[in-house]
Amino acid sequence: MIRFDDVTKEYPGGTVAVNGLSLTIPTGQITALVGPSGCGKTTSLRMINRMIEPTRGLISIDGKGVADLDAATLRRGIGYVIQHAGLFPHRTVLDNVATVPRLLGWDRAKSRAAAQDWMERVGLSADLADRYPSQLSGGQQQRVGVARALAADPPILLMDEPFSAVDPVVRQQLQSELLRLQAELHKTIVFVTHDIDEALLLGNQVAVLRVGGILAQVARPADLLAAPADDFVADFLGHDRGIRALSFVGMPRLPLHPELTLALGEVPPADAPDWMLVVEGGHPLGWVRTAGVQGAVDTSDLNRSGTVASLTASPREVLDAALSSPARRGVLVDDAGEFVGTVRASELATLLEAGQA
Amino acid sequence: MIPTIWTWLTSAQNWVGSFGIGNRLAQHVGYSLLVVAIAAVIAIPLGLWVGHTGRGRWVVSATNAARAVPTLGLLFALALWVGPHIPGRAAFVVPSVIALVLLAIPPILAGTYAGVEAVDPAARDAAKGLGMTPRQVLARVELPCALPLLWSGLRSAVLQVIATATIAAYIGLGGLGRFLIDGLAQADYAQTAGGAILVCLLALVADGVLALVQRVVVSPGVSGRRRRRRGIILAPGKDMGHGNVAHTTRA
Repeated sequence: MIRFDDVTKEYPGGTVAVNGLSLTIPTGQITALVGPSGCGKTTSLRMINRMIEPTRGLISIDGKGVADLDAATLRRGIGYVIQHAGLFPHRTVLDNVATVPRLLGWDRAKSRAAAQDWMERVGLSADLADRYPSQLSGGQQQRVGVARALAADPPILLMDEPFSAVDPVVRQQLQSELLRLQAELHKTIVFVTHDIDEALLLGNQVAVLRVGGILAQVARPADLLAAPADDFVADFLGHDRGIRALSFVGMPRLPLHPELTLALGEVPPADAPDWMLVVEGGHPLGWVRTAGVQGAVDTSDLNRSGTVASLTASPREVLDAALSSPARRGVLVDDAGEFVGTVRASELATLLEAGQA
Repeated sequence: MIPTIWTWLTSAQNWVGSFGIGNRLAQHVGYSLLVVAIAAVIAIPLGLWVGHTGRGRWVVSATNAARAVPTLGLLFALALWVGPHIPGRAAFVVPSVIALVLLAIPPILAGTYAGVEAVDPAARDAAKGLGMTPRQVLARVELPCALPLLWSGLRSAVLQVIATATIAAYIGLGGLGRFLIDGLAQADYAQTAGGAILVCLLALVADGVLALVQRVVVSPGVSGRRRRRRGIILAPGKDMGHGNVAHTTRA
C-alpha cells in the first residue's frame, strides 16, 4: 500500500504542482491518476520513487517513508515505465531489459535469463533480443519498456503515460495486454494518463486531479460515472456517461431469442421474415433482407453493419449489438464465436431501468 | 615536378638518419599523440561534467571563441614569454605542446559536451528512475551515447594537430614541418612538396585508424550503422538520420 499524507510540491517560483494530496493506493491493484495537464499527476507519480522530492507531507510504502530510503535503492525496487519508453539506444533489447537485475548485482546469466523470460511475458518474440531500440516500432519499444520495468519482479510499477505516444490500434493492444499481465501478476500499479477512457478501462480505482494539484475525486470507475463529485469531474468524464457506465455494470440475465438462420447458397423460404441471419459453420456472417435476395443467398447480399457481442460481454456491448443490427436483434456468440441467439434492446433497457443490472 | 617529388620521397638516403624522413615522421607522430592525449585528458572529463550537470556551458563557448587565436602567433608568444623560464630543450617543447593542446581542446570539448547534451532525455530519466546513481547514469548511459560525437571531435582534433604540428618546426622542434621550412628556405620544391604530402598521408592514415577503432568502441545502436524502423532496412553505412520518417511505413 502506498500512502500520500497531505503531500504538497511547491516549486521555487511559487508554482504549486501538488496541493495537500492525501491518497491511498491499494496493494495489488491499478490506481489511475488522471486529469488535465498541469494537474500534478506526473509530479505525484514521480514523488513515489523520489524522482521529485515533496515540499511537505509524507509518502510511505507499506508504512515506510520513502524519504528515509536511499533513492537509488528505492528505485531499483520499483518498476518505472515512461511515455517515450526511454530505452538505452546503445544497448540491445535484452541488455535493456536486464538493466535492473544487473544493477541489483545479479550475475550476467541470471539477469539475461530473467530478461528473456520477461520479454516473452510481455509478448516480445525472442528474435528481437539482439536488436537495438532504433530498430523497433513504437509499440515494441513500449513493450521493452514494460519488460525492463518488471525484470527484477518489483511489487510496484509506476507508469507515466506509457501508451500515449503510440497509435490507437497499438494502444488498445497494449492496454489489454497490461490487463492480462496484471491478472497474473497482481502488482501495485500507479498509472498516469490524461485520457479518462484509459483511466476508466485500466483503473481499479481512478483518482481525478484538477489543475493546481488538488484531488477532485477518487472512486471505482463505475462509481465515478454514477456519482461525479462536482461539475469539474462531471465535465472531465465527458459525454455519454450513461452509455459508458454500461461497461462497468454486470450483465442482467437476458432472454435469448432463437433465430431462423440461412447458410450461403440457400434460398430464403417463402414465409421468411424481413431480415434473416446468415450463419456459416456456426459463425454469424451478417444479415440479409429476404425481399432483396434473387434466388440463393451469396456474400454480396450480406449486411455487415451489426456488431457481435459475446455471452460474457458488458451491457454496453450487448446494447450496441442490438442497436447496430439492421434487424434490431443483437447477435450473441459463445466463447468459440458460434451463434447462440439474439437479444432485443428494449428488453435490455427494461431490465436496466428496473435496476437489475 | 612530380618525378622529382617521387625521387625525393623514395630515395633511401632521405629516409635514414636523425634528419631523415623516418625520424621526422616518428617525431611528428610522437608530438601529435602527446598533444591529443593531454587535450583529451582535459577536454573529455570537462565536457562530460558540463553535459551531465548542465553547468558551466560558458566554458564550451569560451574555448570555442579561443579557436580564433592564431596558433602560430600563440606559439611565438609562448616561446618568447614562457620559453626563457624553462631550462634546456623543454624551452621549445613546452610552448609547442601548449599551443597545440589549446588547438586540440575545443573540438574534443565541444564534441563531448554536444554528445552528452544530445542524449535522449527520456533515456536519462529512465536510467535514473530505474535506480542508477548519477555516476552510473554518466558511465553507463551518457558516455556510451555521447561516443559518436565525442569521437568525431577527437578525429577532428587529431587532423588539426597533425596538420598544425608542422609549425613546431619554426622554433627548432623536428617533425615533418622541418621539410617544409627547409625546402622553402633552400628553394627545394621537391622537399617542400614531399613534406606536405607526408603530412597529408599521415593525417589520412590516422583518421582511417580512428575510424576503424570507432567501429569497435561505438555501439551499433548509436552509430547509425544498424538502423531499421518499422520494417524498412536502410542500406548499411548510409546515415539516413534518426529513423527518417519520410522513408518509413506504418506497421
